[in-house]
Amino acid sequence: MLSFIGRRLLQAMFVLLIISFVSFMIQDKMGDPVRQMVGLSVTLEQREALQQELGLNDPMLIQYGRFLGRAIQGDLGTSYYYKEPTIDVIASRLPATLELSFAALVLVVLLAIPLGVFAAIHPKNILSRAVLLFSTLGLSVPIFIVAVFLMYFFAIEWGLLPSFGRGETTSVFGLWQSGLFNRDGLQHLLLPSLSLAFVLTPIFIRLIRAEMMDVLQSDYIRYAWAKGISAPRIYFIHALKNTMLPVITVGGIQLGTLVAYTILTESIFQWPGMGLLFMDAVTRVDVPLISTYLIFVGVIFVVTNTLVDVVYSLVNPRVRIPGYS
Amino acid sequence: MNVLHRPPVEGGSERVTRLRHVLVAMRGDKLALFALLIFAFYCLVALLAPLLAPYDVNSTEFMNLENAELAPAWQTGDTRFLLGTDTQGRDLLSVILHGTRLSLTIGVCAVLIQVFLGVGIGLLSGYIGGRLDAFLMRVADIQLSFSTMMVAIVVLAVFQTLFGHAAYQQLAMLMLIIVLGVAEWPIFARTVRACVFAEKEKEYIDAARILGVSKARIMLRHLLPNTVSPILVILTIQIANAIVAEAALSFLGLGMPPNQPSLGALISSGFNYLFSGAWWISVFPSVTLILMIFVMNLLGDWLRDHLNPQVTRG
Repeated sequence: MLSFIGRRLLQAMFVLLIISFVSFMIQDKMGDPVRQMVGLSVTLEQREALQQELGLNDPMLIQYGRFLGRAIQGDLGTSYYYKEPTIDVIASRLPATLELSFAALVLVVLLAIPLGVFAAIHPKNILSRAVLLFSTLGLSVPIFIVAVFLMYFFAIEWGLLPSFGRGETTSVFGLWQSGLFNRDGLQHLLLPSLSLAFVLTPIFIRLIRAEMMDVLQSDYIRYAWAKGISAPRIYFIHALKNTMLPVITVGGIQLGTLVAYTILTESIFQWPGMGLLFMDAVTRVDVPLISTYLIFVGVIFVVTNTLVDVVYSLVNPRVRIPGYS
Repeated sequence: MNVLHRPPVEGGSERVTRLRHVLVAMRGDKLALFALLIFAFYCLVALLAPLLAPYDVNSTEFMNLENAELAPAWQTGDTRFLLGTDTQGRDLLSVILHGTRLSLTIGVCAVLIQVFLGVGIGLLSGYIGGRLDAFLMRVADIQLSFSTMMVAIVVLAVFQTLFGHAAYQQLAMLMLIIVLGVAEWPIFARTVRACVFAEKEKEYIDAARILGVSKARIMLRHLLPNTVSPILVILTIQIANAIVAEAALSFLGLGMPPNQPSLGALISSGFNYLFSGAWWISVFPSVTLILMIFVMNLLGDWLRDHLNPQVTRG
């Protein structure tokens, strides 16, 4: 067990190092800090002196080491556009993205579990086939089309819901600007989270269905039937528990898809989260912000994936053996 | 599909029976047949786009602002432009035909790279095994954990900043193909590796090894043909995914430029005019894209159910 966790941690460190190196290269190659700092009137000699002073003439590895040192202390540079430390800019946008993803995930859970379980229990039922066909259709509609047409009908044609932004926010304990606690914020949240849920739900319906059908074939379920346990109890207690395990693991892997989808959704609905911030940074060539976003998302990613792996290995000891699959 | 009613194998090579097997099964399934027909239609249209398009997209008269934003023919009665025109006066039908061609080309080329890398790495990993296998599969795990879309957005965004907007547009197609191609090799590699693991224990491989057949030849001539079915199964879905990813990237402005639009770029430029009433500019390309992806997903699902080695050999 310990060796498994050790291996995973080592791997996580390695991936983080690669991500930090890529971010360092981006900052190094794409921006000239001297030009950012000085005006036109500064002579070439003075520029070179500044370059020397800033350590820009040192070998790359030494510069990378310095970059890492600063990164560990939370200093990832200053945004060109916002003139603030990049990490603060991103942190101020984090709540919006987290709330959007959270709302979308709640919708996904509410939709995908009942539909997926139903389709697994009654595979021949016409309704299950419809669910499956619709999930294929759902997989085929790109998220940006869903988002724009939702926006077009609900916000423009029928004028029911706001079309962009986050609306009113309330401060929770002074550290979190939340849109979840007032009507306006929730109205703004509905369309973006609905479009996210629309594309994520089919993935999970299919996953839950496939896993559940597998589980229902297993011996212990047959034994449970033989014991005369009631059908709802078998389906929702015995079978669903074992279904959800792989679903959660795959769900952890889908985190990257979620991040990508939030970038798309946020740029369509002008949702002031990290995704929109990133796309804005790209248009503004705000290099420090781009590379900080990379590191930030990378860290979240590696931490989640490592946690999911470790938790999964606690529940299902078979995966700890290397090479077993 | 009833396995018991399969025609007996009569000397024909395995691939012929496999193909016949698929075709026979497909004849019985209306939905799959329908999907196949539509997909074939798309491929044909993509191939013949320059011949089918009512206007020559490369001519200088193609963009005529006098014709801008004309509604489809059944609304205006103007038969020159069947599906209307876009904001630059381009005939929408011609642009959509070429967009389909571009989208499919990018999807297919990207998946070819995936297959090439994935099959190569999968064969090596599966047949050589040991430390190389452990290392390559860890790399595959890591790469898969970062979703393709995310990697593609980040990489393309970085390249766009690096090259500048104008230079990037020249390279957009190549970059899209490379990024989408490189990002998803692990899917093929894993499948091929699993297949090789199952095959390499069999006697014919032992026999080949004892006869002194080289490792490369065993991998390419003996193992590779046996991985064809599972590769085919993921192939269609992968192409569909690549096309969707390309569309999304174009939508974000990281993909094809407006003067050389894929379906995604068309939809994206059409959205700006959706709110001013010119619905056709975005709706027609959207429907074209959704239908294409839908039939490909249906086909992929169907192939998975019917070409699955467990089912076929059952």
